[in-house]
Amino acid sequence: MSPGELICPAGTPAALRTAVDAGADAVYCGFQNATNARNFPGLNFTPDELAGAVAHAHSKASKVLLALNTYPPAGKVDLWRAAADTGARLGVDAFIVADMGVADYIARTYPDIRIHLSVQAAASSPEAIRYYCENFGVKRVVLPRILTIPEIRSIRKEIPCEIETFIFGNHGLMVEGRCSLTNYLTGQSTNMDGVCSPASDVEFVRHDDGTMSSRLAGFAIDCFGCGEKAGYPTICKGRYTVPHRSDAYYAFEEPVSLNLARLLPELIDAGVHAFKIEGRQRSKSYVRSVVSAFRAAVDDIRAGRPANITDLVALTEGQKQTQGAFATKKWR
Amino acid sequence: MHWRAGLDPKGAKIVRGAGSRLSCVLVQPLLSRVVRRIGDRHPSVFARLGIYKKSAFLIDPVELPFALHLCPDPEAPAFRAVPRDSTPHAQAMIRGRFMLLLELVDSQRDGDAAFFSRDLEVSGDTEAVVRLRNALDDVEGSIAEEAAGILGAPGRAILARLRRAYKSEAEGFQQA
Repeated sequence: MSPGELICPAGTPAALRTAVDAGADAVYCGFQNATNARNFPGLNFTPDELAGAVAHAHSKASKVLLALNTYPPAGKVDLWRAAADTGARLGVDAFIVADMGVADYIARTYPDIRIHLSVQAAASSPEAIRYYCENFGVKRVVLPRILTIPEIRSIRKEIPCEIETFIFGNHGLMVEGRCSLTNYLTGQSTNMDGVCSPASDVEFVRHDDGTMSSRLAGFAIDCFGCGEKAGYPTICKGRYTVPHRSDAYYAFEEPVSLNLARLLPELIDAGVHAFKIEGRQRSKSYVRSVVSAFRAAVDDIRAGRPANITDLVALTEGQKQTQGAFATKKWR
Repeated sequence: MHWRAGLDPKGAKIVRGAGSRLSCVLVQPLLSRVVRRIGDRHPSVFARLGIYKKSAFLIDPVELPFALHLCPDPEAPAFRAVPRDSTPHAQAMIRGRFMLLLELVDSQRDGDAAFFSRDLEVSGDTEAVVRLRNALDDVEGSIAEEAAGILGAPGRAILARLRRAYKSEAEGFQQA
């Protein structure tokens, strides 16, 4: 049986300790710069904080995975190399990498440290995954959220590395690592700067009638009615008017979160080695609740008991959840 | 019959304003001590705030008779109760029920989830709000209990009573 490792998010040292205490097998985190895909204001770790985090995690038999999962712009690779050097010096257990150049640097410089291929690399075929394994020694691939469980099972049989899948959290299904929608409006890149809808460009406006508009770089993304559940201010989750429709509609995706709690047994059976919880930008409260819930569920399944699955819908975007492509190729 | 029922709207507004100002005066000594103590005990908060440690935040607990004006400047931290009809300038505004705000400060509730449910409103400079949220979320322990502890046993008793009342209300709301 697959171990079903729980890979949990941490945006701050306090969140990391919360995740470890709640039963994380590993915690992923990043530095306070563009080397990771959650380069949000006030979030992430200084080198000193990461040193303390690694010590704490290791003392509780948890691992620390350092996200270096953005793409260096031309001529700026030194920031990513320096981050890898610091992570190696501080004893992280693995690097989560998307860019081949970063992977190549780590593979050559720190051959004893594991490389996990980030979802940002969007490697979804056995051929692509094998390429990363053969050339950079990748030990684990985080699969894009566009594959069904039978497809995952099939891929597992054809690759020489572990599989990690997302099981909870933000559900963004643009070709991961390729989305330039934020770049289009703000000039900042999700993939190179690590910022999807940078907070400095986001504005929420409450109107006198109780409705609320969200805007990115001055462009309206959505307007929520009184009491209507809201979502993140991202272009892909925006609601738009078009000439051929009378009402505003979600052109790309709806505000909804992934929740695969009820599919855990099938994922384990399909050979998924590790389960990832999204949400480094979320609070300790979220980390505590979600990690505890999935720790209990995975432990139940591994012990042959029916999984006790906590209701987490209150923590989901738009207070809606989906099994997405894992359950069916058409999930709208 | 309520004693204010006989007042015309202008008179009622004057009475409300006077009540609000009196409330501000009463809570102000506590607020000043709270912000100094939190700043002294958790200096890492200022690093996460970055340039926004010089910003002003208006925090609006909707059911209280006043709003709160926070300037987390490490050199001169200020936390003031202000009447709603004359709030000072702020870069960012955060609005919600008092106990929700307290639970967010203590990481007993998730800010994004409160935003999704529309229980929490933010406006103004979103980056300032995000930085404040992340800075407070990195604080270990309970800021609410530290604040209540300034008043000793009575403060802790009041906090416990508020929490019980809020929990009962929330459970009643869910059952309704």
